[in-house]
Amino acid sequence: MLKLTDVIQRFDQPGGGQLTVLDVPSFEIDAGEQVALIGQSGGGKTTLLHLIAGLWSATQGSIRFDGLELSRLSEQGRDRFRAACIGYVFQTFNLLPAFSAIENVQLGMTFGRQRVDIDRSRELLRRVGLSDRAHYRPHQLSVGQQQRVAIARALAGRPKLLLADEPTANVDPASAETVLNLIIESCRDENVALLMVTHNLEICERFQRVDQLEQINRAFGDSEHSKQTMAPEDSACV
Amino acid sequence: MRLIKIAWRNFCYRKLSSLLTTLNLTLGVALVVGVLSIYGIISEAFVRNASVGCNLVVGPKGSALQLTLNAVYYLSQPIENLPFTEYMEFFDADARAKMVKRYGGDPELGERDGKYAGFIGGGFAIPLALGDYFGEYRVVGTTPDFFERLRHGPSVDQPFTFAEGRSFVESSPEHSVFEAVVGSRVAATMDVSVGDQMNPTHGDPDGKGHGQGFQIVGVMDPTGTPNDRAVFVNLEGFYLLEGHAKPIEPEANIVWPTRDENDTSPILLSIPEREVTSILVQNEPRLLALPLQNLISEGQASQAAAPVGEINKLMSLIVGPLTKALLAITAITCFVAAVGILVAIYNSMNDRRRDIAVMRALGARRDSVTWIILLESLIIALVGGVVGWFGAHVAIFMAGDYIEAQTGIPIGLLTMSEMEVYLIPIVVLLSLIAGLVPAMSAYRTDVATNLNA
Repeated sequence: MLKLTDVIQRFDQPGGGQLTVLDVPSFEIDAGEQVALIGQSGGGKTTLLHLIAGLWSATQGSIRFDGLELSRLSEQGRDRFRAACIGYVFQTFNLLPAFSAIENVQLGMTFGRQRVDIDRSRELLRRVGLSDRAHYRPHQLSVGQQQRVAIARALAGRPKLLLADEPTANVDPASAETVLNLIIESCRDENVALLMVTHNLEICERFQRVDQLEQINRAFGDSEHSKQTMAPEDSACV
Repeated sequence: MRLIKIAWRNFCYRKLSSLLTTLNLTLGVALVVGVLSIYGIISEAFVRNASVGCNLVVGPKGSALQLTLNAVYYLSQPIENLPFTEYMEFFDADARAKMVKRYGGDPELGERDGKYAGFIGGGFAIPLALGDYFGEYRVVGTTPDFFERLRHGPSVDQPFTFAEGRSFVESSPEHSVFEAVVGSRVAATMDVSVGDQMNPTHGDPDGKGHGQGFQIVGVMDPTGTPNDRAVFVNLEGFYLLEGHAKPIEPEANIVWPTRDENDTSPILLSIPEREVTSILVQNEPRLLALPLQNLISEGQASQAAAPVGEINKLMSLIVGPLTKALLAITAITCFVAAVGILVAIYNSMNDRRRDIAVMRALGARRDSVTWIILLESLIIALVGGVVGWFGAHVAIFMAGDYIEAQTGIPIGLLTMSEMEVYLIPIVVLLSLIAGLVPAMSAYRTDVATNLNA
């Protein structure tokens, strides 16, 4: 379903020249497969997710998704691809504060081609155990509940791949377990492939396939690189 | 979820900021509507006042505008007076002979048609004599024709009507020639009504009071014309007031009217003793107005002015620049309100960048997030614009009775001036332009950076 071949991502340096943050010769995920990607902070995990989501276009190389070559898509094309195929769960939840829980879920369907399905948004909230909080605003929810809403939102658009960027990093251990179960089980139930980035080894035990960023990112091996090639956003998510 | 709903939610989420920005626009639009309405009322009042029911005003030579202001608006001082014989020039030989017979004068006056008689046709010539006051209001000596022949209103087809009483007549058994009719404003402010006595003062509001008074026999309905601010008295009575008779030239040839020994009615002034301040003329066919105007003005004694033309000149002199000033105020107000929108939304952009980045991560295109910001501007413009527009109209409507009493112009809840039609579209356009700056900021928002911020 997803295949990265010789993907390189470089960023301009303030003083001139470019730094290579990501150099992935090969990386694949099959439909419905669940993969944990483990690696140290600043190793290019978030950069990899942004490239797969089409938020950035790779400097070099091929990213194919169900036969679609992302590097050939315009920005609008990548937006459409993201709306149709990708669900995204963030470390910091990123719920929109102006909207209720159910509206945040509906936002996950707003920008795709399908119509907003109110029944599905209710069903997703029920699945994450927040039926009774549908009209609560994010600030009225606990952090664990906010992340559960974020999971429902990520699944709302019926994506083919869910990208989860350290989704349990900001929740307490009890909630982390709930969040993790929800993501894994929901993806399984909906036959959605999952790529979860984490540096928590306990979480990796829940996955049949665990990839280490050091092994797939050649740029990661160079200690000089690891210090210099951090993109600002990578450093920000440390 | 539609983009407009997202924009609305953003509007609601930043309640205080949104309300203050909208209030700013509301007040701006209300101010503009108020200014335009006042302009509309002034213009309408001018138009109504210019619709005096006559197409020429005849008076002594001098400023045509002063003549018009004096004869139509009862403003300014009379230029001079015209001899009564100038008024007689509008009548044929028979009518002139009757005047000579009734008032006394040179019999030769009745032996020929007046110079202008051929132009009048089915129209009229109504004399006005000014010079006295009742309080601050002008006393106008005229004939009953004033009420019978003159028309007013936007289509100049409405006769004068009376809230109380009737028009005065040539001579009544009860009050002889000393009857008066007061305009609506005079009745209200001077607290007079039918049956009251009115004693004019001579020359100015604080002048010497005439011993002879007039019986008020009628109170006019409001007309929205200067007639609301005037007192009309029988011209014959006006002439008989102290100091109003012109001295008779020694060489004047006067044949006095014969008088019954038992006749107790007052002796009317003879023609040589009479003067008029101005004459309101309506000629028919109206195509002959210009030749008549030229003929009168070519003479030695008088001039003829077209009041509508003079009023239009005055409008272009005063109201024209006023319009430009009002338009400038309107433009500045709209601009300031639009800048308010720009500042309010732009200041909130820092808080929104993460939201925009999240929406982009959910698949929103750059133009979608741009439109959300523009739609928020649109919401502020529409809410502020409509509330301001409607609020101003409600306020004006609530003051409608007062405005109608002052100007005679009825104010409906949705009475709009012409320029108001463009107001909301202009406000919307300006708001969208103001929204472009923050919208472009939204367009350029870097997703990856702001997702992790």
